[in-house]
Amino acid sequence: MGELSRMWREMPSRYRMEGRKCENCSRVYFPPRDICPVCHRDSIGKMKPVDIAGNGEIISYTVVHETPPAFIRQKPYVLAIIKLDEGPMITGQIVDSEPEEIKMGSRVKSVFRRISEDGKSGVIHYGYKFTLDK
Amino acid sequence: MPYMQSSRKKLFLVRKLSKGVYIIGSGEAKYGELWDRSLREIAVEAGLKAVESAGIRTKDLGAIYMGNSLGGDISMQEHLSALMSDHAGIASEFVPSVRVEASTASGAAAFREAYLGIKSGEYEIAMVGGAEKMTELYGSEIIDITSSIIDREWEAFTGATPAALAAISARKYMADFNVPREILAHISVNDHANASLNENAHFRNKISLEQALNATPIAEPLNLMDCAPLSDGASSLILASENYVKEHGIEGVKIMGSAMSQGEFALHSRKSLYTVEPTRIAAETALKQAGIGIKDISMVEIHDSYSIYGLMALEDLGFAKKGNAREIVENGIGIDGNLPVNPSGGLKAKGFPYGASGVGQIVEAYNQLKNKAGKRQVKNARYAMTHSQAGSGAASIVHILGVE
Ligand SMILES: [Zn+2]
Repeated sequence: MGELSRMWREMPSRYRMEGRKCENCSRVYFPPRDICPVCHRDSIGKMKPVDIAGNGEIISYTVVHETPPAFIRQKPYVLAIIKLDEGPMITGQIVDSEPEEIKMGSRVKSVFRRISEDGKSGVIHYGYKFTLDK
Repeated sequence: MPYMQSSRKKLFLVRKLSKGVYIIGSGEAKYGELWDRSLREIAVEAGLKAVESAGIRTKDLGAIYMGNSLGGDISMQEHLSALMSDHAGIASEFVPSVRVEASTASGAAAFREAYLGIKSGEYEIAMVGGAEKMTELYGSEIIDITSSIIDREWEAFTGATPAALAAISARKYMADFNVPREILAHISVNDHANASLNENAHFRNKISLEQALNATPIAEPLNLMDCAPLSDGASSLILASENYVKEHGIEGVKIMGSAMSQGEFALHSRKSLYTVEPTRIAAETALKQAGIGIKDISMVEIHDSYSIYGLMALEDLGFAKKGNAREIVENGIGIDGNLPVNPSGGLKAKGFPYGASGVGQIVEAYNQLKNKAGKRQVKNARYAMTHSQAGSGAASIVHILGVE
């Protein structure tokens, strides 16, 4: 899944969910953006790092059976679009639950997990996944 | 009155630029799992068939536009435009050529560039090709490569695939509008029925609703029969200016509307998980250009890479209100139905060679409007709409073709 630099470049966002806040309109973005799509040029230089708490709600989800090579050992897995309490929607896996327990509208919280591996001897990627907030 | 003068001058310029663009020929290499055929072979076959069907010579070409999405990753071959041009024997004419990439809408994007090239007055004749070789790799590696049509860093990195994102849209759609899986399955059943009449289609077998509903799960709630296959294939068209068509007494099919719209890349960045805003905007724009309404459309080719995208497209194109595509499906989408959808067999059954599909849809529309579609001819076809979508809906391209 690509070079090492592609991974560590995104570490602050992948490891501790660092997003961006537009200081012009106060909107929060995750994944981070360098320009606010609402304020456009007025946001240049005003996109400041902000920590995302990692709490949110499942908007929709799927159980994935056909996966790329780096995810074969995890299948089937639940992948969801989650609306974070700070506003943005993101894509991530829901772990530690049976698919039957998962519902649209379920509350979730982020956990730090192994995401994928580049074969037996390749790089292991880490980042956020989510668990049901029971 | 200087103001009048300048506005008259402007009017003249507009009229000069707004000359029509016509399709005058088409060609295709059969879609399918073509283990014994290379990317260059199928691209050349489709191109030369189109040249022959248009009754031109390759030296007449002003430009070549090739649609291709994943050639670099799958076949480790970029610059498909040069490869095709050379091996079609056109290199000695030194015709300009370029590859156009817009993921799964690459073919339609190449077609639109050719249309604009002629409309601008730069070229009299242009060739459009679309070609893709999807079966070159074994196993699940292809799922990683096709995931480059979605956001690699923030979607695919987490385990998302194109099918998974379509499934996320499907679950939300089905829940919000109380739509059962049967309605999604109808899209695939219809595709297979139509493809059984298309000798260039990947799949020629009909499927029953039961087969469609009980196939292997891919990304729940979608199963194998909700997902378009990995196909090899190539399609080609020849476009000509209004001048050329009139001078040579050719009865072409007019490109009445051509529009593209681009929205947010990742599904999670969009306001709605089941509205592709670019489709809505492109359709509205293309209809306005054509000067017709959605009810005037005789047939439509939609980008149903996943069955749910077929339903979403019917709504976003304007055939039904959001959540009501089932009414269109229930009123008949077969060749003799109320609204014939995907007479070619669609992406599900004609096949889904990424960069070729957008051209292939227009090949079907062209043949339908020329009354040359054989057993799958739509009666009294006058206006055809084609819809090509990039990835999970980042961009859409809509064309309207018509015969006077
Ligand atoms: Zn802002």
